[in-house]
Amino acid sequence: MINYITVLLVLFPLLGSVIVAFTRGEQVKKIALGFSLIELAMAVFAWTKFDYTNPDSQFIYNQPWIESLGIHFKVGMDGISFLLVLLTTVLVPLIILSSFRKEFRKPHALYALVLFMQTGLIGVFTSLDAFLFYVAWEAALIPIYFISAIWGGEDRIRVTFKFFVYTMFGSLFMLIGIIYLFIQTPGHSFDINQFYQVALDKGTQSWLFWCFFLAFAIKMPVFPFHTWQPDTYTTAPTVGTMLLSGIMLKMGIYGVIRWLLPVLPLGLMQWGQTALILSIIGVVYASIIAFTQKDIKRLIAYSSIAHVGLISAGIFALNVQGMQGAMIQMISHGINVVGLFFVIEIIFDRTKARESYLLGGIAAKAPILAATFLIILLGAVALPLTNGFVGEFLLLNSIYEYGVWYAIVAGLTIIFGAVYMLRMYGTVMFGKEGMASSTFADVIGTEKLVLFVICAMVIFFGFKPQYLLHISEASVNNLLEIIKLKMQ
Amino acid sequence: MTSIIIIAITAIVVLYLGLYKVKGALLPVSVLGLLGAEASLVCGWDKNISYFNEMLVFNNYAIAFSILLIATTILIFLMSGNYFEKISSNVAEYYTILLFALTGGITMVSFQNMTMLFIGIEILSVSMYIMAGIKKNDTSSNEAALKYFLMGSFATGILLFGIALIYGATGSFNLTEIAGKASEQPFLFYTGVIFMLIAMTFKVGAAPFHFWTPDVYQGAPTLVTSYMSTVVKTAGFAAFLRLFGSAFSSVPPIWTVTIAAMVVITLLIGNITAAFQQNVKRMLAYSSISHAGYMLIAILLLGQASPNAILIYSVAYSIASVASFGVIVAVKEHKGSDDLSAFNGLGRTNPVLAFVMTVALCSLGGIPLTAGFFGKFYIFGVAIAANYTWLIAIAVLMAAVGIYYYFKVIIAMYLRDSESGESIQLNGSYQFVLIFCVLVTILLGIAPSLITNIL
Repeated sequence: MINYITVLLVLFPLLGSVIVAFTRGEQVKKIALGFSLIELAMAVFAWTKFDYTNPDSQFIYNQPWIESLGIHFKVGMDGISFLLVLLTTVLVPLIILSSFRKEFRKPHALYALVLFMQTGLIGVFTSLDAFLFYVAWEAALIPIYFISAIWGGEDRIRVTFKFFVYTMFGSLFMLIGIIYLFIQTPGHSFDINQFYQVALDKGTQSWLFWCFFLAFAIKMPVFPFHTWQPDTYTTAPTVGTMLLSGIMLKMGIYGVIRWLLPVLPLGLMQWGQTALILSIIGVVYASIIAFTQKDIKRLIAYSSIAHVGLISAGIFALNVQGMQGAMIQMISHGINVVGLFFVIEIIFDRTKARESYLLGGIAAKAPILAATFLIILLGAVALPLTNGFVGEFLLLNSIYEYGVWYAIVAGLTIIFGAVYMLRMYGTVMFGKEGMASSTFADVIGTEKLVLFVICAMVIFFGFKPQYLLHISEASVNNLLEIIKLKMQ
Repeated sequence: MTSIIIIAITAIVVLYLGLYKVKGALLPVSVLGLLGAEASLVCGWDKNISYFNEMLVFNNYAIAFSILLIATTILIFLMSGNYFEKISSNVAEYYTILLFALTGGITMVSFQNMTMLFIGIEILSVSMYIMAGIKKNDTSSNEAALKYFLMGSFATGILLFGIALIYGATGSFNLTEIAGKASEQPFLFYTGVIFMLIAMTFKVGAAPFHFWTPDVYQGAPTLVTSYMSTVVKTAGFAAFLRLFGSAFSSVPPIWTVTIAAMVVITLLIGNITAAFQQNVKRMLAYSSISHAGYMLIAILLLGQASPNAILIYSVAYSIASVASFGVIVAVKEHKGSDDLSAFNGLGRTNPVLAFVMTVALCSLGGIPLTAGFFGKFYIFGVAIAANYTWLIAIAVLMAAVGIYYYFKVIIAMYLRDSESGESIQLNGSYQFVLIFCVLVTILLGIAPSLITNIL
């Protein structure tokens, strides 16, 4: 059983998706939730069997798929993959649960797409075959496009179409990179280990770097490839926004760690600094824009660009702190941003407003919401003893090692970030009673449950980050050694 | 050869059946004849039989493409129940002419002698001139036929020039002999090659010789359009590759620059023009130009992988085209228009039809897990192996444009609301064809090995 756990994790949501697609009526939500909880249970089961000391992939399942091209259905998890699989399996049930009180048109289609997307996401995080990786990459894109486009808000068709064509464009370049590497592999195979062995000259790696980086940078998104993101986050239904910001953007970061760095280290030597600078520009740029946002959903969208920029800067700094910081920050950011978007959804649901000047004085009417919102927010601004702190500390530390000035710019921006987030909190929760929020009911039922779970995670991982850190430690060290070895 | 005879006889029988007004028997007889032809082809697999002093050679390449041509024709015929009756009282001539065209197509993919190439192209083209103009009282149909005929004859003339020059240079019509003596008279030979290149690109509708395509495609009845964009195009490319791959492969390919330029122009014109179309049928006409561009890449980089790449691309493209044109026919019949707005809300009123269209368009756009993805995958693979990075960059950009306009239709179907809520009823064989196309598209998208290794 345990040897098949990875392939089960990949395919089980697909089964759920098919079943949910053919179910009608009130049960749809519960069935979808059931599937995602079983998936979570499987991931937890794998956690109990996971060997932290082993840097290589575990629970490998390898089956020939298209023999003539050397394509295998090869999945497995090392520490890096496993952390992200855990993130996905934890967040999907929370996201489904968070939508329980909302009525959707054609709910069966929505939940089927959510589960289908989970297959794509876990496929991306566990693929050990470049072709499978590409297929899963696209398989994650298509459902989220439809989720955002069908159930989204104003101007959804134009906004989501831009998102779709933009990301598709990036991934086509990645496809070219993958085919090129495939032809260069000694045994004509898409296997990741063969990709790691390909030794190309500097010039080739240089353009291949951009083929891959473009795809990943659009997904994350890194400045200046971010233009699709704020609109899409704002327009998409909250379920979609949570999937996009909580999990999907990690695909880009994961892609950099898993494929870009170890396969093209010489390309990295030439362009790593450029990528790092772009990431830091993204941090500064997004923070400044976030400062001026009136729409709180948009504000969180921009703050998300800033956070991701810091993560990607930490990765391109290429040291252990940066990489480990990126790992834990991916998890924390996923949890926090889902929590933040959920709070915004709750506020919007009751007031039909997202503009901070229409809101105010909610804390007095909804103390539980105010308290949980504060905890999540503090996690997001990286207060010590919340989950955001460790990651951000490690990331800044790694950037400091890379270059002091970069760290100063990035660090100041983080403080800046705390200011606009707290200012927003102050206006919405304490400020003068807003027009839209004159009546406001506190959170109940499933809302409470989701918020409590998220707050519990924010606090728990703030105190005990090592639970997450040591999952990926061995793999991260191993990966960095591979990269350093190939750079010489 | 047996297959050509069977199809020719079927065509004549159908013509007589039409004469005696046995309308109900036309379709079954045609399909039976085609199935018989398929069977005779399958029996000849791996046997490499040549006929009439090597005029035609039925090697596996020829058989694989012939099977594809016939299968596509069968699918189109199965959708035609009642379709031709509505536009004409002489239904038999549709079947007959399409069957005759098919014999031309099979000759084109199996020729070993340039005269047979010429005969095949002429049989196919003349049939298509007639089909383009078959709506006698329709001005756009007449315009299309005239345009097609004039330009097509011109291209035929150029083809003959080319054949004559090559004969002059090598003293033979036989492909293998031409390959052996290719370098004896380089000037004559290369001039001949360029002439033939121009003629062939005209026949497959690649830019800058594509001007007939949109008008002819739009002017012809939609099912005939789907025949043109699948059978005619596949036959053209198979012949193109057979000619260049066997007769002209022994000499340094001085035509690469020419074809490379054609690929770029074709991709740009086809895709960018398609992106601006508001009529779905016309959009598919332009997109078919762009597909010619992708397939030309395989001819530009002649190599061992080329036949496979072209075959996979043709299979994926033919099946997806049949399905998408099928949906267009159904929508047009019901709503009286095939503009983009006619597709609004189809996802709600006709989920199955919308799903078929979505899969077909995804395949045409090259989304993974559809057959079309592997078509592009192989073509890109050929080009990357030959280090044509710049060309691939353009091809990828254009593929993204392609996804843009294909998804416009998908967006209309799922995200926009329609005025009328009625659903479209389809007969059994029509549904069968659409579902069959979807299944094959997905099956080949998951397990392309079924066809990737047969050549």
